[in-house]
Amino acid sequence: MNAAPPSAEDVELRLLVEAIYHVYHYDFRHYARASLRRRMSAAMAHFGCRSLSELQGRLLREADVFTELLEYLTVQVSDLFRDPGYFRALREKVVPLLRTYPSLKIWIAGCSTGEEAYSMAILLREEGLLERSLIYATDINPNALRRAEAGVYDAAKVPDFTANHRRSGGHSSLSDYYSAAYDRVIFDKRLRRHIVFSDHSLATDSVFAEVQLVSCRNVLIYFDRELQSRALDLFYEALCRKGFLGIGLRESLRFSSHADAFAEFAREDRIYRKVDG
Amino acid sequence: MAAPMPGRPVAAVAIGASTGGVEALLQLLPALGGESAVSVFAVLHLPRERSSLLAEIFAPRCRLPVRDVQDKDPVLPGSIYFAPPDYHLLVDDGPQLALSMDPPVEHSRPSVSVLFESAAAVYGPRLLGVLLTGAGSDGASGLQAVQRAGGVTVVQQPADARMPQMPEAALACMTPDHVLTLEEIMSLFQALPCEACA
Repeated sequence: MNAAPPSAEDVELRLLVEAIYHVYHYDFRHYARASLRRRMSAAMAHFGCRSLSELQGRLLREADVFTELLEYLTVQVSDLFRDPGYFRALREKVVPLLRTYPSLKIWIAGCSTGEEAYSMAILLREEGLLERSLIYATDINPNALRRAEAGVYDAAKVPDFTANHRRSGGHSSLSDYYSAAYDRVIFDKRLRRHIVFSDHSLATDSVFAEVQLVSCRNVLIYFDRELQSRALDLFYEALCRKGFLGIGLRESLRFSSHADAFAEFAREDRIYRKVDG
Repeated sequence: MAAPMPGRPVAAVAIGASTGGVEALLQLLPALGGESAVSVFAVLHLPRERSSLLAEIFAPRCRLPVRDVQDKDPVLPGSIYFAPPDYHLLVDDGPQLALSMDPPVEHSRPSVSVLFESAAAVYGPRLLGVLLTGAGSDGASGLQAVQRAGGVTVVQQPADARMPQMPEAALACMTPDHVLTLEEIMSLFQALPCEACA
């Protein structure tokens, strides 16, 4: 492909993410461009801005605009037990090995609104491991973390959640873990006691604990190769010897400088095991 | 109608379809010659279980290879890529493939418009956008983006489409370069001038 001069939009996008980094210390500089472009144009429409430069002008002067923009830059939609095969593999292949640890620490990186953290807690409860487990669920979006902590979801999603849970090999009833009120369901506090929701950036923060399992799914797709490599370095450092790493079904470890340090454990379900270090 | 031509060589073709799309693509994609160097991206709205079968259905019938989609894979010439179930498929700088789990657009994930817009940003005038049969209105705004970026735009004739709504939604907001029957799009594909073969 011939190197075409960068378009005005590309230059504006680069400047905008630099501005966000300098003023608000959120680092989107190594986010994948295609998704970033799309999210920014949705934000432009929302704010009624005709160009990214105009959006940047407002962003630099109005902190509220950034808070709102952050919702556009981190928006993700998930389900409980999304990709049931992944949770089935965790349950059938990883859990028997996790049982050998006297206490367990698990890191859900990029937890968004908490669906995966609650799925993990339910799975551990069913396998009798929750009482000795601590789940760190981290994200960069404070609003998403607040919603995750509340554990309140749209009741209309429950049929899908329930079907996924069953297909993941769940052997209790999902309804044991939430109470319904009008069009909402709220997940049980006894699950939440084992989850610590906290603010953490894979782009700028470092490792905070040693863990036996990292689950980071459909987060790497939003990063460029360089940031993927940084995130995977963090997971490598955080994992104990023979710890497990689960990623999204369309993601890979090939941009990690530690790719060789991970062996395929459940190939189809993208679960890896740290083999040395 | 004379066999229409995009007018200039293209590097990539982005195709969107919903209801009736598998049948339509089973006519179109085999029409691309094995020597063609275009990269083809397709979004089909399908239930999850069926869309994971697309490679199996199409690979034996196409002369171009149907490639598995992995995030950040470089886009290869002379290859066909289908959006994987429940992800948006985008083209990123490189060009390379990108995926996203952003909310559905026009009730769809994958969304035709998301693919079209991202491909338009990367390929500009070197893109051919083709919107086929389907219910709903996904793809209309994306095809406009292809046109704004200077790409060639084709909409299937609503009367020729199994479901006319998607083509009609596009025609309601833009004037594409060509409005064609499936048969005509097939001959366009057979004679498609591509950059690398020019």
